[in-house]
Amino acid sequence: MTTPGGAPSAALRTAALEQLLVERGLVDPRMVDAFIANYETNVGPLNGAKVVARAWTDPDYRGRLLAEGTAAIKELGFGGAQGEHIVVVENTPTTHNVVVCTLCSCYPWPVLGLPPSWYKDPAYRARMVREPRTVLAEMGLELGDDVQITVRDSTSEVRWLVLPERPAGTEHLSEAELVPLITRDAMVGVAKVAAP
Amino acid sequence: MDGIADMGGTPGWGPVHPPRADEPVFAEPWQGRATALAILAGRLAGRNLDAFRHAVERLDRAAYLDQGYFGRWLNAAELMLVEGGVLAPGEIDARARDLRDRPVEAPPEPARPDAPAPAWPAGPGSLRTIEAAPAFAVGQRVRTRNISPPGHTRLPRYARGHTGVVEVVQPAAVFPDTHAHFQGEHPQYVYSVRFDSHELWGEDADSFAVTAELFEDYLEAGS
Repeated sequence: MTTPGGAPSAALRTAALEQLLVERGLVDPRMVDAFIANYETNVGPLNGAKVVARAWTDPDYRGRLLAEGTAAIKELGFGGAQGEHIVVVENTPTTHNVVVCTLCSCYPWPVLGLPPSWYKDPAYRARMVREPRTVLAEMGLELGDDVQITVRDSTSEVRWLVLPERPAGTEHLSEAELVPLITRDAMVGVAKVAAP
Repeated sequence: MDGIADMGGTPGWGPVHPPRADEPVFAEPWQGRATALAILAGRLAGRNLDAFRHAVERLDRAAYLDQGYFGRWLNAAELMLVEGGVLAPGEIDARARDLRDRPVEAPPEPARPDAPAPAWPAGPGSLRTIEAAPAFAVGQRVRTRNISPPGHTRLPRYARGHTGVVEVVQPAAVFPDTHAHFQGEHPQYVYSVRFDSHELWGEDADSFAVTAELFEDYLEAGS
């Protein structure tokens, strides 16, 4: 039996779901609007960039961040859902950490926002734990053979944040000047921070 | 459970998609609404985060993949709401066809139990304090149990039956395998276990390490 017009699109089914829940007094559309506005404007990788820039310029903070990530991140005002326990690992010239969630797409929302599309892609989830060097190269990050790679598969409620290397030639920059250099991708471990 | 969601190491997915710096959080408006509605739906249906993940895992291949990540959330929201008695099976599709000017007869609204008032943002997370001492210590060799539970689990297939070393003893947390099925929190320690790539993927694998966070019940002392 063919269905007239085919199956409804996801957009239409989302509208239908919202309409049903609103009609029954179960959902206030303003809550949906507030959720979207929050993650589109307030919560994103800028939060994580502030954490990294502070760690690069304040050795005491860097020590606290690597020892007790959640508490150190909270010092800058960031925390909440999907960030109840954040562990920070440091990349160096010879050790490289990269984060994946093979089971779903767990990600540290309070510091990086909602995950980007590539992080949720089956190819990334399936391949990163099996051939990380190849996957990183496809994403534009070539690592030397002397670099030891550790893939962090986020299988429980632990959320990982990568503290990237501070690029050479940025010694004269202030914390505020460093923030715009620090990318989401570097804090997941699929890129390095480039010097300006 | 062994389902499509457990993707680590599975073949056939093709190349990765390189990052775009200017990617919007939600490429299409429905994606943001589906995400928020799924979070609210879990509460309306009386489901916790682990039960939500289990709902996602039970989607069939098309429901899981065809509309991407946000479609997965939408479809899991529908499954939770139907199982929780908030929506009737087929009710979303019927309303969606209605919205498209192709009216079909809608299924009757279910006699729904008194639903709790929607709460947002999220309630307390999964961390718990327990009195027991951790069974395993940093540096200790441990072996993952070779199990394939019928319900929800956070022990990925590729990591089963393998030996690694405890790198970090993480705080205790709610045990997803029971919590997803409303069989109690059973909080226990979580361990970041480091596996050598050759242990996981054989002699010919590239050289690297993988860490996974594994609940105490997934582990036994290794040799």
